[in-house]
Amino acid sequence: MESTILRIEDFSAYFGENQVLKDINLSTSKNLVTALMGPSGCGKTTLIRCVNRMHELIPGARVSGKMYLTNEDVYGMKPIVLRRKIGMVFQKPNPFPTMSIYDNVIAGYKLNGIKLSRDDADTIVEQSLKSAALWNEVKDSLHRKGTFLSGGQQQRLCIARAIAMKPEILLLDEPTSALDPKSTAHIEELIVELKKTQTMLLVTHNIAQAARVSDYTAFLYLGELIEFGPTEKLFTVPKDKRTEEYLTGKFG
Amino acid sequence: MEGRVVFRVIKDHVFKIFVVLCAIISLVPLLLILYYITKNGIAVINWDFFTQLPRPIGESGGGIFNSIVGTIILILLSSILSVPVGIAAGIYLSENKEGKLPNLARLCVVILQGTPSIVLGIVAYVWVVAPVQSFSAISGGIALSIMMLPVIIKTTEETLKLIPYHLKEASLALGVPYYRTILKVILPAGMSGILTGFLLSVARITGETAPLLFTAFGNQFMNYNILKPIDSLPYRIFFYAMSPYPEWHAFAWGASFILVVIVLAFNLIARGISVKWKVQF
Amino acid sequence: MRESSAGVGTTVLEINKAVDMANTHVHSNIDTSERRFNTILTLSALVIVILLLAVLLTLIVSSMPAIKTFGISFFVSKTWDAPASQFGALPFLIGTLLTSFLALLISIPFSVSISIFLGEYFREGAISTFLRSSIEVLAGIPSVIYGLWGLFVLMPLVRYLEIKMGVAPYGVGIFTSSVILAVMVIPFSASIGREVITLVPADLKEAAYSLGATRFEVIKNIIIPYARSGIIAGILLALGRAIGETMAVTMLIGNSNFIPRSIFSPANTMASVIANEFAEATGIAAASLIYIGLVLFIVTTTVNIVGTYVIKKISVEASREVG
Repeated sequence: MESTILRIEDFSAYFGENQVLKDINLSTSKNLVTALMGPSGCGKTTLIRCVNRMHELIPGARVSGKMYLTNEDVYGMKPIVLRRKIGMVFQKPNPFPTMSIYDNVIAGYKLNGIKLSRDDADTIVEQSLKSAALWNEVKDSLHRKGTFLSGGQQQRLCIARAIAMKPEILLLDEPTSALDPKSTAHIEELIVELKKTQTMLLVTHNIAQAARVSDYTAFLYLGELIEFGPTEKLFTVPKDKRTEEYLTGKFG
Repeated sequence: MEGRVVFRVIKDHVFKIFVVLCAIISLVPLLLILYYITKNGIAVINWDFFTQLPRPIGESGGGIFNSIVGTIILILLSSILSVPVGIAAGIYLSENKEGKLPNLARLCVVILQGTPSIVLGIVAYVWVVAPVQSFSAISGGIALSIMMLPVIIKTTEETLKLIPYHLKEASLALGVPYYRTILKVILPAGMSGILTGFLLSVARITGETAPLLFTAFGNQFMNYNILKPIDSLPYRIFFYAMSPYPEWHAFAWGASFILVVIVLAFNLIARGISVKWKVQF
Repeated sequence: MRESSAGVGTTVLEINKAVDMANTHVHSNIDTSERRFNTILTLSALVIVILLLAVLLTLIVSSMPAIKTFGISFFVSKTWDAPASQFGALPFLIGTLLTSFLALLISIPFSVSISIFLGEYFREGAISTFLRSSIEVLAGIPSVIYGLWGLFVLMPLVRYLEIKMGVAPYGVGIFTSSVILAVMVIPFSASIGREVITLVPADLKEAAYSLGATRFEVIKNIIIPYARSGIIAGILLALGRAIGETMAVTMLIGNSNFIPRSIFSPANTMASVIANEFAEATGIAAASLIYIGLVLFIVTTTVNIVGTYVIKKISVEASREVG
C-alpha cells in the first residue's frame, strides 16, 4: 500500500487581502512524483512554498486550512523543525559560494550545528552525490568551491544537498527552468531514478516535463485545484474542460 | 554659412583642449607633492629613523619609532571600538530596508560622515580628557572610531544588499535559523566587501591629525599606556613642520613619506581584496 | 560492499534520530539565540542614533556658557581677546567663508573639466584609469601632508608673488590656504560630476548629434544642463569638505585672529582657530571655541544633507528612466 506523505486539506493562502489559493485538497504518496502545473499566477509556486512554510518569509502572508506531513500538522510545529524534514530545490541553482562541494552537500548538518564524524560525513556526501548523479563528475574535486560547476551540475549539487538530510519529501520549484535542454534532460532522468527512494513534489510550467516524470499531476488555475489524478489519465482523458484547454495550449 | 560652421568647429576643438589641459594641470599638484615627499623623505629615512626615539632640540639624529607605534596603537583602539558596532549596524540596515529606525540610523550615518574631524576631537575631549584632566590614547581612539563607523556601516550595508536573496532562501529551506543564516552564510559571502570597507576606513583615519590635537595629543617619548598621551605619525609631522628647526622639517618629510606609503598601501590592499576575493554568485 | 552499505544505513538512521532529538531540546536555545541576535542588531542601530545625539548634545552643553554670555552677537563681533574675556567669531566666519568660496572658485574649472574629461571624452581606457586613480590618490593624501607641502613649496612661491605685487610677504594667508584647499576638494566634486555626466541618456545626445551639433555644443546644451543638479550637489559636498578642513588650512593661514584685510592677509577659519587654541583654552575661552565648533557642525551638516539629498534624488530619477 502506498502511504500518504503529504496531505493538504481545504487549504487557502492569502497575501494581505489577496487570496492566491482557494480550498486546495491534495495528497502525495510515498516514492512518487506529484507534479503541480498551470499557467503563471495559478498559485503552484505559492502552494509548494506553503508546504515548507517558506511563503511565511513574505510579510502579509496568511493561510487557512490544514497540511499534514506524515500525519504531523505542518502548521503546528516550528518552521525550522519542519524545514529540516523537507528538502527544497529552487529554480535558480544556489550552492553556497563560500563552501566547497563537500561542505555544500552536508551544509544542512553543518549550518544547523549537527556534528558528524568524518566517516559519516564522507558517507553522506558520497551517497547523496551518487543519488544526484553527480559523484563521478566531482569526486576528485570535492574540496573545490561549487561555483565553478555548470548550471546543471550546480542544480544537481543542490539536489544532493537537499537529499543529504534524508527529507520526507523533496520539493522542486521549477528546477529546470534556468537550465539548457541537455541539463534539463539529465535532471529529469535523475528525478525518475530518484523517485524509487524519494517522495517528490514538482512545480513545472513545462507540460511535457510533467508528463515525462510525474506519476500524479495536479492542474491549478487562478488559485483553484481544477483537476488532480494519475498523470497518464489526466493527460489523455482530462475530466475538466479547462485542463484540456491548458494541455492543448489554448492558454498559459 | 560656411564661416559659421568653421567657427563652431574651432570652438569645439578649443573647448576640448581647454578641458584636457585643465585635467592635466590638476594632476600637477599631485605629482609635485609625491615628488617632494619622495625626494625629501627618502633622504632622511634610514634604519635609525624607524627605530629610534626623537632627540631633544640641539641633538641630531633620532627617529620616529614612537610615532609609528602610536599610530599602530591608535588604529587598533579605534578598530576595536568601531568594527563590531559598525558591522552589526550594517547588517541591521541591510536586513531592514524600510522603517523609522533604519532610516533614522541612515541619516545619522550621513551626518556623522560629514562631521569635521576637529569637532569630533572636541567631543572626545569633553567626554574623556576633561573629566580626568589628562590627554590619552584612548580618547584619540574614540574620536577616530567615530570617524571609522560611517564607512564601515555603509560598505557593510551595501555589500550585504548585493548578496542575492536566493542564498538566504537556500539556507532557510534547510531549516537553518535566521540568525545562523546571516552569520554563517550571508556574512561570509560578503566578507571581501566588508574587509575592503574596514581597510578603507583605516586608511582614512591613519592620516588624521585634527581629532588628535587635543585627545591623544602627542608624546615625544615612547608610550604603550593607552591612558596617557601618545604620539602618532600625523601629529609628529604637524609638530615638526610648524617648528623652526630645519632638522625637524627634514624629519617631517621622512614621516610624511612613511605615512603616504602606509595610507596608499591600505588603499591598494583594499582594492586588491575587493577584486581578488570577490565571491561569485 | 554489502557490509558497508548496511553500516552506512545504520549510521544515517542514527544520525536522523540524533537530529530529531536535537530538534526538540535545542529549540529553546535557538529561540533565545535568535532573539539575542535581533536585539544586538537593533541595539547597534540605536547606538548610532544615540551617538549622533550625544555629539550634538555635548557641543550644545559645553558651549552653553558662551551662548549665554554672547548669544547671537557672537557672530558679528570681531574681537577675540582672551585676557579681556571678549570673544567674537566674526573674523573666523569671514575666514571660513573666504577660504571655502575662493577654494571652490579655483577648483570648479578643474573639477568640472575632469568630470567632462572622464564622463564624456575618455570614459574608458588607460588614460581614464590613470586619471581616475590619480584623483583617488589625491583624495587619499592626508591633510597634514598637504599642509607640509604647502609650507615648504607653496608658501615661498606665494611670498615671491607677494613681493612682486608689493604686498606684505607673509607667504601664508587666505590666498595660500585657498589654493591648497582647492587642490584638496577637486577629487570630491570631480568624481560626483563624472558620475552624473555618465548618467545622461545616450539617446538625448544622439538626437543632438544627428541634428549636426558639435561635441562642445552637445556638452554645453544637453549634458551640462541635464547633469546640472548633480554637478551642483558635487560642489556642495566639496564645499562641506572645505568648510570643515582643518590641518592644511591651519598650517597655511597664518593664525591671526583679526578680520583679514585682503586675500593675502593672514587670518583664521573656524576650524583653524579651534586647532590653534583649544588645547590650552579654559573657561569661557574654551566654551567660545566649542560654540564655534557647534556652528561648524551645523553648517557642514546642512550642506552635506542637502548635497546627499540631491544626489539621492538624481540616482532615483536616473534608475527610473532606465527602468
